[in-house]
Amino acid sequence: MDNESTYSGYSYKSSHSRSSRKHRERRDRHRSKSRDSSVRGDKSVTIQAPGEPLLDAESTRGDDRDDNWGETTTVVTGTSVDSISNEDLTRVSKDLEESSPLECRRFLGPALGAVLGLFALITPLAFLALPQLLWRDALDPCATPCEGLYVSLAFKLLVLLISTWALFLRPPRATLPRFFVFRCLLLALVFLFVASYWLFYGVRVLEPRERDYRGIVGYAASLVDALLFIQYLALVLLEVRHLQPAFCLKVVRNTDGASHFYNVGHLSIQRAAVWVLEQYYSDFPVYNPALLNLPKSILSRKISGFKVYNLGEDNSTNNSTGQSRAMIAAAARRRDNSHNEYYYEEAELDRRIRKRKARLVVAVEEAFTHIKRLQDNEPATSSPKRPREVMDPREAAQAIFAPMARAMQKYLRTTRQQPYHSMESIINHLQFCITHNMTPKAFLERYLTPGPTLQYQKENSRGRQWTLVSEEPVTAALRQGLVFSLRRLDFSLVVTVTNLPFLRLGEEFIDPKSHKFVMRLQSETSV
Amino acid sequence: MSFVPGQPVTAVVQRIEIQKLRQNDHLILGFSIGGGIDQDPGQNPFSEDKTDKGIYVTRVSEGGPAELAGLQIGDKIMQVNGWDMTMVTHDQARKRLTKKNEQVVRLLVTRKSLEDAVRHSMSNYPK
Repeated sequence: MDNESTYSGYSYKSSHSRSSRKHRERRDRHRSKSRDSSVRGDKSVTIQAPGEPLLDAESTRGDDRDDNWGETTTVVTGTSVDSISNEDLTRVSKDLEESSPLECRRFLGPALGAVLGLFALITPLAFLALPQLLWRDALDPCATPCEGLYVSLAFKLLVLLISTWALFLRPPRATLPRFFVFRCLLLALVFLFVASYWLFYGVRVLEPRERDYRGIVGYAASLVDALLFIQYLALVLLEVRHLQPAFCLKVVRNTDGASHFYNVGHLSIQRAAVWVLEQYYSDFPVYNPALLNLPKSILSRKISGFKVYNLGEDNSTNNSTGQSRAMIAAAARRRDNSHNEYYYEEAELDRRIRKRKARLVVAVEEAFTHIKRLQDNEPATSSPKRPREVMDPREAAQAIFAPMARAMQKYLRTTRQQPYHSMESIINHLQFCITHNMTPKAFLERYLTPGPTLQYQKENSRGRQWTLVSEEPVTAALRQGLVFSLRRLDFSLVVTVTNLPFLRLGEEFIDPKSHKFVMRLQSETSV
Repeated sequence: MSFVPGQPVTAVVQRIEIQKLRQNDHLILGFSIGGGIDQDPGQNPFSEDKTDKGIYVTRVSEGGPAELAGLQIGDKIMQVNGWDMTMVTHDQARKRLTKKNEQVVRLLVTRKSLEDAVRHSMSNYPK
């Protein structure tokens, strides 16, 4: 079982059954009573097969691994399966059967929505076909007007079909914790429409075996019109309304302070959360836990403190805060040179990184000079003295990888990036760069700067588990001053909402002839 | 010390006579001037009225002829050897002061303290 739980549909089809939503809600309520708007207990279940990474690729633990692939030829694995932390234990011991409904939960909504959509589309055709099938002889003949209506009906159905395909038939990107209000509204609307049309049809047409076929065809056409209008409503509610920016979201990662600002429109909290996460994967540099802490040598000096003695006081219980405050104040007043150490340590690290980077760049440049692309018109063997063997990109990559491997490994280790790049991935990337005629600098851009998280994801169809933590109900709309956070296993993103300012735009007309200038001098001359 | 257009300019002036000093075949007076009708009057630190485009003394060098004669920094030069200095460009002022064939320049300068001194002394006299 994979350690990732699932995302399910965010904005895909409009026509989804309300009943599916109710089922899902009921099941959610039964599952855990303690769940309210903040999804506290909803961590993913982790059942590990031995040898697989304990955590997913985004969160890394432990950087003391065997990555001597520069010297030897062992292939590095992602993480070492040695210790299970406390969090993993609590996760493993959770309710195991949560995993299987989560898996098909992702497709349950779309499937039921598809059923309702299909039903709604078939209904007009059924309205037309049923009288023909059941009491064909008793129908009034209707030639030209009906055929005109047939044509319009056909085209409207075609438009409906195409726009449904274009707008709603998309693979879902996210599972929301609460149901999506607009989508449920639209599902309810569709259901209501279709049900009431069927009701009317059943009572007024099927029962008395209505003979006015033109009326029936007109009725079917009006249903198709109504469906088109519902689709327009769906388009506006689901796709268009949130496009005009109204709020500015500040997203800060709580571990290292990486932050971004985004402009969004009117969304509910859960939709905004999904939107932020989509931007997170491509904007934020990947979270590297190894880069976080100050070296222990700097911080450990603060531990040695003062001993505080109580003289003549009977109750020591309410003096503890006073004690600790006194200790903190004394520690602050003490002359503290740890900032010096920090500064020099940083400078030293920078210098080391730059030196390694220089070596790496030179090694890569040199390696790239060893191969060149074979042009089509060149013969493969130029002269009998220097026969050249023709290689495909993979072999070429492996050939030139060896001289740069050591420099690359040292650089990655200094910048603590070695968990993200295995030897295999580097050779793949090298092959990719060679195929596309990239220069050494283009090859190196992937390693010199930490890229967005999406760059390091393995192809994974299971999805990522995020927890939305919020004090407001997550279907509430965004407004000024709202704060919610998106939690993952070892870091979280804190999102703050502010209004975009209201702009008063004035106008000022400048006559093009009014641009005149004089010299502005202030000379001083000595006489 | 600004002027009202169309009205004559009145000021209390002091007559200062400076002997030019010969220095490496230049004749120097030992002070610097600023201002002029082609300059920006707002940047003049010595004028009371920031629209005054007159010629002001911006620096007096130590021990030079100007200091010996009693010229002070911030003085406004009204006349040089009879030539008017209230409505001249900066370059014209410089030329009037540095004529090679003149050994002496007689300046009429005004400053605020002169004005105050006269007013003060006038108010002491009973009418």
